[in-house]
Amino acid sequence: MADQLAIGSRRGLKPALPLLLPAYLWLTVAIFLPLSAMVFFSFMTDLPLAGKEWAFTLGNYAAFFSQSLYSTLLFASLRLGLEVTLWCIVIGYPAAYVLAKVLKGRSREAIFLLVILPFWSNGLVRIFSWAMVLREGGILDTALNAVLPFKINIDLMYSYPAVIIGLVHSYVPYMVLTCYLTLQAIDDSLIEAGRSLGASRRQVLWRVIIPLSMPGLIAGAALIFVPVVGSFMEPRILGGRTGTFYGTVIEDQFVAVFNWPLGAALSFILLAVVLIILALAAPVLRRAA
Amino acid sequence: MAGVQVANVSRSFGAHKALDNVSIDFADGGFYALLGPSGSGKTTLLRQIAGFDFPDAGRIAIGGESVERVPVEKRRIGMVFQNYALFPNMSVADNVAFGLSVRGEPKATIAAEVQRALDLVQLGKLGGRKPHQLSGGQRQRVALARAIVTKPRVLLLDEPLGALDKALRVDMQIELKRIQREIGITTIFVTHDQEEALTMSDRIGILRDGRLVQEGPPEEIYDRPQSEFAATFLGDANIFRGDATGSGIKLPDGTTIAASTGASVPAGAKASCAVRPERIRISTGAAEPDPAGANMLTGQVSKRIFAGNNSTYFVDRDGQTLKVIVQNTGAERLAEGEPVVLSWSPDSTVLVAAA
Repeated sequence: MADQLAIGSRRGLKPALPLLLPAYLWLTVAIFLPLSAMVFFSFMTDLPLAGKEWAFTLGNYAAFFSQSLYSTLLFASLRLGLEVTLWCIVIGYPAAYVLAKVLKGRSREAIFLLVILPFWSNGLVRIFSWAMVLREGGILDTALNAVLPFKINIDLMYSYPAVIIGLVHSYVPYMVLTCYLTLQAIDDSLIEAGRSLGASRRQVLWRVIIPLSMPGLIAGAALIFVPVVGSFMEPRILGGRTGTFYGTVIEDQFVAVFNWPLGAALSFILLAVVLIILALAAPVLRRAA
Repeated sequence: MAGVQVANVSRSFGAHKALDNVSIDFADGGFYALLGPSGSGKTTLLRQIAGFDFPDAGRIAIGGESVERVPVEKRRIGMVFQNYALFPNMSVADNVAFGLSVRGEPKATIAAEVQRALDLVQLGKLGGRKPHQLSGGQRQRVALARAIVTKPRVLLLDEPLGALDKALRVDMQIELKRIQREIGITTIFVTHDQEEALTMSDRIGILRDGRLVQEGPPEEIYDRPQSEFAATFLGDANIFRGDATGSGIKLPDGTTIAASTGASVPAGAKASCAVRPERIRISTGAAEPDPAGANMLTGQVSKRIFAGNNSTYFVDRDGQTLKVIVQNTGAERLAEGEPVVLSWSPDSTVLVAAA
């Protein structure tokens, strides 16, 4: 059986080339070339624009190590990534479970649509609508004061929680989708088998369902953690002064300071750190999956 | 170990009555088959006994204790699923250990019990494998070991052999029966395979459209079916329909068929007679006469199917095709198209009330 499969896949490679090429050509042009250019930039003293003088240097990378600000911000961003990922699991996993195992038919489709809805709206619109909800005298503040008998002041705007709220909102659909796919693949009879052996619903959850849906949790976590660590839009708009993170600093280099070489170097350090983290986590994750 | 009593259990899903007032007693230590076509309610009944689903009405007791509202995890049952439902992320030993480990048994006890259970199903050396590394028959054995290691009060099997090929199925039938005898556990298994039900069980319950049609030992149901459905679903039967005469029936063409077993149907009422194909004697009519009082019909062979140790003759008679099975004794075989005489004893004829 395994032999047949191996033969089949070897035979399959050549006819598959026309199918593979467009994607790989596109990836080469759209990602590899610009990325190579960025690697090149990161070793330059200045941009070669308008006949400016430039030379090769390691200074951009050295800047990261000589100024503690960058590593502090990187740690803050990693922590942000971790927190947002955890919140996405806490909120997304139960929703995925209900979608996959409790709801059937029409109601499942309807709820599913609600989960994917954030994808359909523009990211900036999403973030600014949060700004309207979270600020003092905003929707949340007004609504709570209208219901509660005592006066409270809710001003989450320009705070760390606001950044978390915005990011979790943007990224929780990834967790719901990846977990939904793995949960749906779990045969209901496994759950029944667990219970017939005397396991409570909670024991079945911890010993059967969660281990079997681990691939979805891991995929979701990777999909969320990596972009959140480099995120700049939500921190900038919802975080204000408290919203300075590694991603916003990189953005500044490109947009405000116009120091592309430093921005590029900081990006690649982030990439390296994320890759190291994923590599270190891989053996643990593989065992869990 | 314990017996199981099901009393007046009903269960509906929407407008569909999956179980309609079913009562059946499963004695302690017995091996029961629930037999029926798909949609007959046999799996629904098994799920009520297991506790995956609760009846709308009626009572279920295990070992004399009412359990109809007790969730499955508290019923102390063992269940083998049709697709085995082994946990793919766990080794064979961990699968078997699951029930003991959720109970919080000490590790040493678990290891010993798991080994004993795996030895019982003759998989003692495969504890370290993952389920996907096992054959279908081996998975079946693991599922069985997992279900019995917790010493459940009753063992429930949902079409346990359905996914196995024929030869393996026969092996597993023997194996299952051996293990059941060895631990003496009350066993209820659901099947749509009548042969499996006949060869394995002490008693059979036949279900149809959510109702219990007949219940009893295999021999009794086979020899004395109480309805046309029971007669044709468990084994083959030739059915004659006519009016009851008090000692048999009168067919529409005036022929009478005497029946000395089965229900008593008042003369004049609609009734049927069931005759097993292997009880009918087929001859060209030239041979020695049948004993007086035998039922006799004439017809014409329309088809013969030779199956080695026996032959099946299809005999046309008055718009009806009758089936006769003859053992291969070396006697002369009848050709297709040949006129024949069929005869059988009233003792082999079962009278049932019309459906």
